[in-house]
Amino acid sequence: MDRRKGWSAETIGFLFPAVVFLLAVFIYPFIYAVQLSLTDSEGAFTLGNYVKFFTDLVELKTVWITLKISLPVTILSIVLAIPIAYFMRRGIKHEKLVTFLMMLPMTLGVVLIAEGMITYFGRNGWVMLLLEQLGLVADRSSLIHNYFGVAASLFIQTFPMGLIILIGYTSGIHSSLEMAATMLGATSAQTFWRVMFPLMMPGILIAFALNFTSAFSVFTSAIMLGQPTSQTRVMAYAAYVHAYEYFDYNFCSTICILMIIVQLIIIGFVFAFRNRLYKGASAVGKG
Amino acid sequence: MKDFDRLIMTDLSKSYGDLHVLKDFNLTVDRGEFVTLLGPSGCGKSTALNCISGLLRINDGRIQIDDEILDDGRHIFVSPEKRGFGIIFQNYALFPHMTVYNNIAFGLSVSHQPKDEIKKRVEEAIRMVHLEGQEQKFPGQLSGGQQQRVAIARSVVIEPRLLLLDEPLSNLDTKLRIEMRYELKQIHKRLKRASVYVTHDQSEALALSDKIVIMKIGKIQQIGTPKEVYLHPANRFVADFMGYKNIWKAKISEITESEGQRQIVLESKGFKFISRSTIADNIQGDTAVINAAKRGEEVLVAIRPDDISLGATAVNTLEAIVEVTEYLGTANQISARFTDDTLMQARVTPSHRISVNERVSFHIDPQKIVVIPEDEEEA
Repeated sequence: MDRRKGWSAETIGFLFPAVVFLLAVFIYPFIYAVQLSLTDSEGAFTLGNYVKFFTDLVELKTVWITLKISLPVTILSIVLAIPIAYFMRRGIKHEKLVTFLMMLPMTLGVVLIAEGMITYFGRNGWVMLLLEQLGLVADRSSLIHNYFGVAASLFIQTFPMGLIILIGYTSGIHSSLEMAATMLGATSAQTFWRVMFPLMMPGILIAFALNFTSAFSVFTSAIMLGQPTSQTRVMAYAAYVHAYEYFDYNFCSTICILMIIVQLIIIGFVFAFRNRLYKGASAVGKG
Repeated sequence: MKDFDRLIMTDLSKSYGDLHVLKDFNLTVDRGEFVTLLGPSGCGKSTALNCISGLLRINDGRIQIDDEILDDGRHIFVSPEKRGFGIIFQNYALFPHMTVYNNIAFGLSVSHQPKDEIKKRVEEAIRMVHLEGQEQKFPGQLSGGQQQRVAIARSVVIEPRLLLLDEPLSNLDTKLRIEMRYELKQIHKRLKRASVYVTHDQSEALALSDKIVIMKIGKIQQIGTPKEVYLHPANRFVADFMGYKNIWKAKISEITESEGQRQIVLESKGFKFISRSTIADNIQGDTAVINAAKRGEEVLVAIRPDDISLGATAVNTLEAIVEVTEYLGTANQISARFTDDTLMQARVTPSHRISVNERVSFHIDPQKIVVIPEDEEEA
């Protein structure tokens, strides 16, 4: 194949649609949002929106609230997905059916899940009644319209995605690697932690990044299953309120830009941690 | 781990549902012996190896090392990590996230050996496979041959009491394969540990083994030294696998034995053949041949293309019409057709000029005609 370096007319021609698309729906809106966040309603440059965000405790608290919901949900969904993906790495019986059932929540849509949860977990829902009958809860108001309700619905939405990514990764690890480890005397725990887990790591990180960004932008669940004015006032909701209740697009943009920054910081931390872990793992036994 | 005297496999069987992949498998491997399981794909050789390693459980039979039972198909099962065997896979199965050093050190480090000891033994293994200077590279940065060396070092560094090799050379190119074959032999000589080697390549089996086990669809066809299986194939399958490209039906007219020599006179394709061989006790096929002769049944004669020469002689001369000649450098490969419309494969010295459609005389040394029983299942 001809592998000329440089930009031939064909290369530019083929890239053109993708570049236009990126510019139109990603780069331009992003730059526009950055610009909005740095101007006041008159269009003059100001850092006031950012100052306002960091000095107003109600706004600043949304960062903490959003992280408090999205991080544990992401971590839990990944931690649970790892053993399941490991177990399913060589295929299981009725795998297609199982995969279909696991993917179902992804296809339902956030609103349907929330509706369902309101019905089942609500004050007169059967789950609540059952728990009451079993004497596991004191009163009938603790499952939804609070932190738990939002976290549970986010888990239902994000878990399948992470699991499917991880199954793809684990089933791609050749079975002879495990056999080799076993034949070298490794116990199944040693084989998992020293061979399988490090090889699953790239998949774990990708699944983490995807699940985290999807959980961090939580909006619908926070309104339908939480208390959007207090306990679950997440960043996306705050941005919405400022845009459509106070018609302050500039401050809304500020919140959106800060959402991006927080997400990048968290993902950056995770990848930096991985790099340390990876180098550490491969240094074992060096003289 | 300490050495053993004998690995004994008795009546092993392994099946998946109705599919018997291993049946009536009986084999012993003595201390220091190099045993090869040889056969085409699907013959059960890899299954047998995996049963020995413990990566597969047997359905029936018994695997034992001296008095220690490893698997009896029922209650007793020693798991693979506790057997103290080493294995080398066809795809090497190196850990891609570890350096060469850590790959080789893996077996020692999971058994919590002291760091100094690990270092000493890994360095020794690296020297043995000539990988000095590659310690900190990752498997992805190495060539196929180097990866193979890492795999060898990784499995011998734990000093396994038995080394299992599952087609370790088949991913290498021809030149490297022969080099590595030689090195494997050197390593086996040095370690003096028993090895079980699986391959479909007869030249590898002949070059490396003390004992060859030829298998076909889950059943052992013949066990013998390389010389025995090469010179005295027990049946049609083994003969074909060992390169006897000419296998013809024949009728025995006379068997005479004197002074340790056996002479068999046969008739095949309208020609008279004489086969001479030394009488030996341990040749599987001979009894079957003699029994067949007594019953007046047909047998087979097997002849290698290389053992057929041009020109007529006093005995074993036959004629055929040449159809194809191919120049192979060291020889001319000839396909010739008999009057009964069957083909003969001969490989003759390239100095002779032979034209297609010519009627040509060939002859065969009586020592080179092997007589085998007609029905291979009886062998």
